[in-house]
Amino acid sequence: MNGLLLLIPIALGLGLSGLGAFLWAMNDGQFDDPDGAAMRILIDDEGHGDVGA
Amino acid sequence: MNHLAHPTDFTTPERHLEDSRFAVPGMRCAGCISKLESGIGLLPGVAAARVNFSAKQLAVSHDDSIDDRALIAEIGKLGFDAQPLSVNPLGTDHEERKRLTRALGVSGFGMMNIMLLSVSIWSGAADITRDLFHWLSAMIAVPVVAYAGRPFFSSALMVLRHGRTNMDVPISIGVILATGMSLYETMLGGREAYFEGAVMLLFFLLAGRVLDAMMRDRARAGIEALLRNQAPGALVIGATGATRWVKAADLQAGERMLVAAGENLAADGIIEDGETMCDLSLISGESAPQPRAVGDTVLAGSVNLSAPVTVRITAAGPDTIIADIARLMDEAGQSRGRYVRIADRAAKLYAPAVHSLAALSCAGWLIAGAGWHQALTIATAVLIITCPCALGLAVPVSQVVAAGALMRRGILVKDGSALERFAKVDRVLFDKTGTLTLGRMTPLNLDALAAEEQSVALALAQSSRHPISRALHSALSARGVVAATVEQIGEEQGVGVHGLWRGQRVALERPSGQIAATGATTRFVIGARHVDLSFTDALRPDAREAVTRLGLIGTPASIISGDRTEAVGTVAHQLGLTAQARALPQDKIAAIRRLQAGGHQVLMVGDGLNDGPALAAANASLAPGSATDMGQQAADAVFTGDSLSAVPVMIAAARRTMRVVKENFVLAIGYNVLAVPLAIAGVVTPLIAAIAMSTSSVIVIANALRLKRCAQ
Repeated sequence: MNGLLLLIPIALGLGLSGLGAFLWAMNDGQFDDPDGAAMRILIDDEGHGDVGA
Repeated sequence: MNHLAHPTDFTTPERHLEDSRFAVPGMRCAGCISKLESGIGLLPGVAAARVNFSAKQLAVSHDDSIDDRALIAEIGKLGFDAQPLSVNPLGTDHEERKRLTRALGVSGFGMMNIMLLSVSIWSGAADITRDLFHWLSAMIAVPVVAYAGRPFFSSALMVLRHGRTNMDVPISIGVILATGMSLYETMLGGREAYFEGAVMLLFFLLAGRVLDAMMRDRARAGIEALLRNQAPGALVIGATGATRWVKAADLQAGERMLVAAGENLAADGIIEDGETMCDLSLISGESAPQPRAVGDTVLAGSVNLSAPVTVRITAAGPDTIIADIARLMDEAGQSRGRYVRIADRAAKLYAPAVHSLAALSCAGWLIAGAGWHQALTIATAVLIITCPCALGLAVPVSQVVAAGALMRRGILVKDGSALERFAKVDRVLFDKTGTLTLGRMTPLNLDALAAEEQSVALALAQSSRHPISRALHSALSARGVVAATVEQIGEEQGVGVHGLWRGQRVALERPSGQIAATGATTRFVIGARHVDLSFTDALRPDAREAVTRLGLIGTPASIISGDRTEAVGTVAHQLGLTAQARALPQDKIAAIRRLQAGGHQVLMVGDGLNDGPALAAANASLAPGSATDMGQQAADAVFTGDSLSAVPVMIAAARRTMRVVKENFVLAIGYNVLAVPLAIAGVVTPLIAAIAMSTSSVIVIANALRLKRCAQ
């Protein structure tokens, strides 16, 4: 029973932080451009221009 | 602080920044993203440029030293076509999707945590531990249901107020009753609470809604990128002879406007000076350009092809023929609003059945001698078990998977109800110009030119904005011809382009004499030799196959066009279709209404302004990506590319989707047939309800995923 008193708040806290992270990510526009995010990893950022194509 | 100390220092924070958005449909790879962002982002006056690849858009934050027109030119230099978009980046529908996604996140959180507690209860927690867990579940579930259930509650309330019913009514009643009963049970220290059932139901249903909203947003973004969004206007000649640019809405009858070759007319009027060829295809469907001289009437929406003219405006704004067509379209579109979606039709039968079943089992147990409490618990179990969880997913998941497959095939479907209406179609009406045909001039006799002459012709054509030059340019470029070096290129309005190539005079000119009457001919001159190139609006490459396939799948097609009888007859003969020519927008609506009165479900495929009313009046409608903005907005779906096979593909995919939707209904109802007797018998526990609910949802989703290849 004592274990529960500790574990339940931890479980709820983890759940809430997950929810918070999801809401933050959505408001921050992390899901606005899923295809672009997949592409951007291919862009070589060193120097200007002269990339890809 | 009032003045910028260094006007060239663009990083000063005081400057006023504005945001512009552009649709750049041509971006395809990571290279395009970095080219656009670095190319535009480093321009003077630009603070930031950011590509949204999914929506094929570029957002530019800039100050007033650079305007949209200049930005489009810069994007053009990087090799991309760009169209300006309205600035508001968050439409209301976008907002709706975010609201639903937030509700989905909240219900997901609630579901996981309540499930955690419920599993402990199911595995044997008893007495005070069980009570504690029930109370904790209640504390999570009540706010979660209140928040995440709002989309369903508000929609259910709205239809109930109008005395109708939809799928949201049984959902809302089920969720509220289950939560209320569980709360009561918790207060009494009872054994069984359905908190996880109620929240899980909301989670699955919200997942369906979110998918539905995502589909609509993506299609809308795709169509927005295709729209031209040009604010039409005209150069008005003032009293002093000076000209100024006036927006179409502000033009007045009696003013004189100067219309350059290649420009759209912004108002109806009479030619006062000049002689030209007009392209009326968007208004009347006529594919051949029409000659217009002094005293002739010209209409807004037509394109001035060959020479600049001065036009005295006779009607502007709401008095033009275009505005009449728009009004006709609004009226025609009202009948379609009455279409009832399949899920709501199912709910009409389903909701009363479920509710009377729950009420009957409550009454039955009371009569059999059970207490109020037990009878109500059983009725709640019946409601939870029958709640259309799988039904609520059956339709949106299938439609989203199908729309995704169609989108990869280049067909943008605006919403799920369009797929339902496409599935029922049994007659197809085609517009001719721009729909069965490409809607652009293609040269007929390019092979009359030698390879070297072709590259000279390309050099001349690419230096002119004239429609025929552009047609020649794109045809030659498509052949892989490289432009020759032509010197001293000059363009003379109404005559043509000319230049010097290896000391010889070369030109693309308007041919003199009789041939000029057809309008779609240009004379290529090289030294003493000359070749007349004629242009025509060619059929789409696979029009014949598409029409044959339509016949095979039981949707015979015919043509209804505003063009001249001879032009329509040629195409009808080539495709083996019946045709109606010289049809006004009203005639097109009348033809559709006649077919509908005969019990047919009509699909209209068209592109022009004159097709707008027909597109709105038909049971379902499709427009090519090259269509006018009005056509694309009126249509249920838009297909990109030149291939007409999109029409049979779309119909076949819609039919397969509806087959899967119906299968899903059968699966969902089959599950109810098995589970409901258990619930009525009073042997269903929250554990059984949770397992049954998630299993049926997974089965329905798995079945819908089979549609991934429906557009092939």
